[in-house]
Amino acid sequence: MDNYEAVIGLEVHVELHTKTKAFCSCPNEFGKEPNTNVCPICLGLPGVLPVINEALLEYAVKAGLALNCEIAAFSKFDRKNYYYPDLPKNYQISQYDLPLCRNGYLDIEVNGATRRVGITRVHMEEDAGKLVHGEGGADYSLVDLNRAGVPLLEIVSEPDIRTPEEAKAYLEKLKSILSYIDVSDCKMEEGSLRCDANISVRPAGTGILNPKTEIKNMNSFRAVQRALEAEIKRQCAVWAAGGTVESETRAWDENKGTTVPMRSKEEASDYRYFPDPDLVPIVISPDRVSRIKSELPELPDARARRFTSEYGLSAYDAGVLTASRALADFYEACARNYRDPKLVSNWVTGEFLRLVNARNLEIRDVKLTPAHLVEMLELIDKGTISGKIAKTVFEEMFDTGKRAEDIIKEKGLVQISDEGELSRIVEEVVTANPGVVADYRNGKEKAFAFLVGQVMKATRGKANPQLVNRLLKERI
Amino acid sequence: MEIYDLTAHELAEYIQKGELSAEEVTRSVFSRIHEVEEDVRAYVTLTEEKAYAQARYVDEQRRAGKKLGPLAGIPVGIKDNMCTKGIRTTCSSRILENFVPPYNATVVEKLEAEGAVMTGKLNMDEFAMGSSTENSAFFPTRNPWDLNCVPGGSSGGPAAAVAAGEAIYTLGSDTGGSIRQPASLCGIVGMKPTYGLVSRYGLVAFASSLDQIGPFTKDVRDCALVLNLIAGHDPMDSTSAPNPVPDYTSFLTGDIKGVKIGVPREFFGKGLDSRVADVVRNAIDKLADLGAIVEECSFPYAEYALPVYYIIAPAEASSNLARYDGVCYGYRAVPEKGEKYDIIEMYMKTRSEGFGAEVKRRIMLGTYALSSGYYDAYYLKALKVRTLIKDDFARLFEKYDVLVSPTSPTPAFRFGEKANDPLTMYLSDIYTIPVNLAGIPALSVPCGFVDGLPVGLHLMGPAFGEGTILKVAYAYEQNTSYHRARPPLQVEKRPKPTVRLQEGGNHRG
Repeated sequence: MDNYEAVIGLEVHVELHTKTKAFCSCPNEFGKEPNTNVCPICLGLPGVLPVINEALLEYAVKAGLALNCEIAAFSKFDRKNYYYPDLPKNYQISQYDLPLCRNGYLDIEVNGATRRVGITRVHMEEDAGKLVHGEGGADYSLVDLNRAGVPLLEIVSEPDIRTPEEAKAYLEKLKSILSYIDVSDCKMEEGSLRCDANISVRPAGTGILNPKTEIKNMNSFRAVQRALEAEIKRQCAVWAAGGTVESETRAWDENKGTTVPMRSKEEASDYRYFPDPDLVPIVISPDRVSRIKSELPELPDARARRFTSEYGLSAYDAGVLTASRALADFYEACARNYRDPKLVSNWVTGEFLRLVNARNLEIRDVKLTPAHLVEMLELIDKGTISGKIAKTVFEEMFDTGKRAEDIIKEKGLVQISDEGELSRIVEEVVTANPGVVADYRNGKEKAFAFLVGQVMKATRGKANPQLVNRLLKERI
Repeated sequence: MEIYDLTAHELAEYIQKGELSAEEVTRSVFSRIHEVEEDVRAYVTLTEEKAYAQARYVDEQRRAGKKLGPLAGIPVGIKDNMCTKGIRTTCSSRILENFVPPYNATVVEKLEAEGAVMTGKLNMDEFAMGSSTENSAFFPTRNPWDLNCVPGGSSGGPAAAVAAGEAIYTLGSDTGGSIRQPASLCGIVGMKPTYGLVSRYGLVAFASSLDQIGPFTKDVRDCALVLNLIAGHDPMDSTSAPNPVPDYTSFLTGDIKGVKIGVPREFFGKGLDSRVADVVRNAIDKLADLGAIVEECSFPYAEYALPVYYIIAPAEASSNLARYDGVCYGYRAVPEKGEKYDIIEMYMKTRSEGFGAEVKRRIMLGTYALSSGYYDAYYLKALKVRTLIKDDFARLFEKYDVLVSPTSPTPAFRFGEKANDPLTMYLSDIYTIPVNLAGIPALSVPCGFVDGLPVGLHLMGPAFGEGTILKVAYAYEQNTSYHRARPPLQVEKRPKPTVRLQEGGNHRG
């Protein structure tokens, strides 16, 4: 396998979270009762006509610009004709030879190196409905058309990706960018981001193009990576055994951990694309493109660069913080109001993200506010609480949204900095552990830490550590 | 003269003045329907109850001193390919035989808002594919001028209904001549407006880039009045023009002195019935007598219009009609007891049983033309020639205000005469098709008779030039009497059809 390299291109579909569907005014919502978000237009009843949702166009241009694409001044919608029961008109409104966006790219970082992956095209289309097969053992299938007509972007990469890790990094970057510009949730698990992969392998460095397979049915970024790993292994084995890889569509089988054949390319449909006569060509003025461009937020790469220069963060930390706009916003709201941005970064990339993952939360759903985190850091600075206690306080703040001060009061966590009281406790500890004191005096440094620990234990961790150190040293 | 013989503008005046009630007008039209419908068979569905309710509402409004719409209380029939909320809309197809739309087409909304009285839904060639109404899956409609003849098509029902007094005016749709050709064959006025002037929302699509809704009326003034009601931008139709709509009656001056009229010689060539040619030439002479400047001109790409049309229209139709698959609505083939269909079998049986022969023929033609490997040679080529035809018209309209030709190469033909020869049938629309390809407006106005069968004069204008066309048609009509002729449809003298009409026409292949 070492002497082979993979050639991978990804085809990603993302649902745009516009308020209404692509060509009618039905709400664009996930998880409603079947066939409730429907109207004559998205049901494809006789006589209806599509009218483009201006927000779809706006979102698509935004995405195209964020992915460094050229925006076509003239583009159009085409019909992709195929029969399937989840497609009410038996054609999908899509874009064929004149997509809205072309020739873009995005940069990914894998193992510390940056690689540029080309984006061939980004085009607009409508989603299909969903089929529910054999529910409760039924010998029929049901159709739910709530999703029919939901706006999609299809984003096609160049075959520039060489490894499964790069594929995963590409998807993560894509998700990051599309979330930044607030056009999609990009949740692969909910189907708002779907990915198919085209992959072939060849002897490393040869530049030849072997037959490729298309891999479908991957439901997470992790699954994409695993499926590609498995497919590379499979194709390499076929070539190594003197065989030929068949051009075909394969499905990822999560349980088996392999790809399995779905259909051969010879069975591929003829979609009979032609310009949709119900829609007028899309003409976008350069002014409108510049307006949308000027309204784009700072994108992840630029923001990461700024975080390293402005806050003195490592490239790695800046990358972690800027992967999600919500996280970067949270960090920045703290960093701007606190003396030590690196310390903030430690808290946000450390405890904060740990709890976000442990509680399985979205960052926007976190109760803790940036102002509260800054307050807590200031309480550490003032010596009100120790860094150790702060972790307890932080978790409580994270879960309840309460302010640090209130938590400290409620739980009696104020640091003991009263010299008189601490001296008394130090005296007790020293008296109670004459052997350990002797060890220390004989040069056993570890013995000192034990004594500090005893003081902390007696104060339930609330003793000011610096003060304990000084008092103990003075006493012994 | 019976009430149902009057024009919409005459009746509107009586209603506005209170000399006739909308209910009386409605009763007259329905008694006429009950009298002659057995012979004419224009309607697929009658909406008598709804019509009376609408008529009474108009009468109440008038008694209450409310201002009435210009055609309030006038009975109108709708071709059965325009969606009517709660009233079945079949496209004269088995596949939509029991389809009841949950919404109104924009034109229906507009008419209802103006106090129109809807008589019912009118017969047509299945999915508007045909030129004789013999392709209706239910029954053919007969020509009121000769019950042995077709009324033309595809809007045979709407044309026959107006000619027979079964509606005061009707709405049809015209994809390649489906308003003008039956208007010509039934001796009434029919107009296809500029593509985009009238909203297509709710018109069941045949060929989306060609379809356009338009009126059938007894005279040109009615045509202008109906156009006033239905024209205008509709945000529900992306192809609807944003242009402001003029009052079309303002063009009815009667004066056409100095109007430049072109007569494309290609429209008087092979295939034109010489008797029709004579009638039309007389009409053109009349226009010259009235002061128009008439010149012969050339339309070199005319001969390509028919082949181009029979690629583009079926291509669009093959996609537009894909939705009739038995899944969500309409006809679904049911397997024999004990049998089961998988989804593909269900699709195939449903569409085989639900569509007639002509519809299937066009779906096949269109599917072929769009298929990979043929697209460039057929569809793309056809689009290019379509542009050349548009250019031809544009060039001619730099020089002429309107172009004239016969509407149809022949008068009404007999049932079965062309039904088994699709190509001959397609030639019925040879003069009307170029107009749809160019998206321009055109009108057919009665201009004489051949052996007792009406002949229509075809007036074509530049895009949004409806006013000029109406002006010329009106001047012609005011100086002739053909529009006042009524068919000799008399119940006592009902001639027996010589051809036995099969229920369902010739659609079963």
